[in-house]
Amino acid sequence: MALRATHRDAGQATVVDLSGKITLGEGSALLRKTVRGLLDDKRTHIVLNLADVDYIDSSGIGELVSAYTTAKGRGGELKLLHLTKKVHDLLQLTKLYTVFDVYTEESAALSSFQ
Amino acid sequence: MGTDPKHLEITLETQVESVNLAEEMCLRVAEAAGFGEDDCYKIGMSVREGVINAFHYGNQERPEKKIHLTVDLTGDKMIIHVLDEGTGFTLADVPNPLAEENLLSTSGRGIFLMRAFMDEFDVVPGRTGGAEIVMAKKLPLQDNTGTNGQSSHGATPPQGA
Repeated sequence: MALRATHRDAGQATVVDLSGKITLGEGSALLRKTVRGLLDDKRTHIVLNLADVDYIDSSGIGELVSAYTTAKGRGGELKLLHLTKKVHDLLQLTKLYTVFDVYTEESAALSSFQ
Repeated sequence: MGTDPKHLEITLETQVESVNLAEEMCLRVAEAAGFGEDDCYKIGMSVREGVINAFHYGNQERPEKKIHLTVDLTGDKMIIHVLDEGTGFTLADVPNPLAEENLLSTSGRGIFLMRAFMDEFDVVPGRTGGAEIVMAKKLPLQDNTGTNGQSSHGATPPQGA
């Protein structure tokens, strides 16, 4: 399933609801475009809701890292929310679970910005 | 498993769509061979990463070059070859993505994932002059434990890249 991304404001932060696969090609490109667009609009506190993302390949992992470092580089922060088991296991395997701020509750992710 | 030996070959274009095509083809073979859901995921991901490697690093995304995918089912394992038409590379030269200085790299995890997800993995010089990835997964044992081919093979992170 192709990746879909919608975003909603939540106070000072923006939650991006993603569904589908983050893989080489359109999926990775859409994630990049979405995050860069938010940063360009000065929405620098970003939560990526991955509840409906059940597949990520190495390109998708690279895009998550890129989103994280780009947000940081612009003075912002990017957090991950609701990892599926496959994505959780993949981030653990690649040691990125300790790099990202990961949350299981949206309220906790949002309050972490304050 | 008692699976009859099978041999499949496909020549893929150097384009993004080939990644999905290769993954889907190998998934069908893996499912038919009796691999469980977890192993199918690992095989599919490994094929995807192998073809991405050939597409991007081997063939440099040049459309005149081809990607050669071969799948063999023997009596005890599924063997996958991914051959590109690039200049080849040495495994020892691939940076370790788990090293502190590489953790925030936006690329370089494909080889690592293939090594982690498959039981056997190697890169050899191919007949085209490019790199040939050779990887294999042991066929699930046919038993009555109800595990449906779920195995822990390849779940351990490899040493190095």
